Amino acid sequence: MPTPTKGARLGGSPAHERLLLANLATALFEHGGITTTEAKARRLRPYAERLVTHAKRGDLHARRRVMRVVRNNSVVHTLFTEIGPRYADRPGGYTRIVKLGPRRGDAAPMARIELVEALTVAQTAVSEAERARGTRFAARKAPTGATAEAADDLKNESPTAAAVAAEAQAEQPTAEAGAADDAATTEAKDTKPES
Amino acid sequence: MAVPKRRTSRSNTRSRRAQWKAKAPALAKCSRGHTIRPHTMCPTCGRYNDRQVLDV
Repeated sequence: MPTPTKGARLGGSPAHERLLLANLATALFEHGGITTTEAKARRLRPYAERLVTHAKRGDLHARRRVMRVVRNNSVVHTLFTEIGPRYADRPGGYTRIVKLGPRRGDAAPMARIELVEALTVAQTAVSEAERARGTRFAARKAPTGATAEAADDLKNESPTAAAVAAEAQAEQPTAEAGAADDAATTEAKDTKPES
Repeated sequence: MAVPKRRTSRSNTRSRRAQWKAKAPALAKCSRGHTIRPHTMCPTCGRYNDRQVLDV
């Protein structure tokens, strides 16, 4: 849940801020991206993202919760039929804020807040793999089995292979364990151009 | 209402104002080589992190 805001409201009073954020959120969902001051964009982000979360849930109760804020029926419709399903496999972070620099006139820092694109197939695959592995980065393993043998054969021809071979030498006693697993990586190593 | 007892001397005024200095802005280069403020869209090409943000 987003942290409650402290300090002064946008526009002066709580009611003014509520209306302002509602209008900004409506414009954001209508156009996909809006240019506003950075302070308003920062305040809008958690507010708009919670509305998208409601849209992803998609039931009547969620729709009524959203309709309390966004009073434009066609915008609510696009939110529930297009924007919500687009982010079905994205766990939050539906908006992006880019700073645009100071505004002419009062030098207010301006920003553009926009809805991000749907996840591509490649991004989904990577996140699935990371979830399955339980970590974002695999631990570095010393080369064993076929990788070590191939590196040993090629160490005079390629500096990469020589480095791998040296690493394999250090771990020699515990080798031979994952020979089958390393067959694919061995091919990649063999075809690697000399650098 | 509280009021100053003495006029601020010319020296004190000037010493105070001598501390009003302009700071050089932090600058960076965009990917096409324009000078920009860091973490901000390039106002010349309208791009940020190689993504078109605004049409220019």
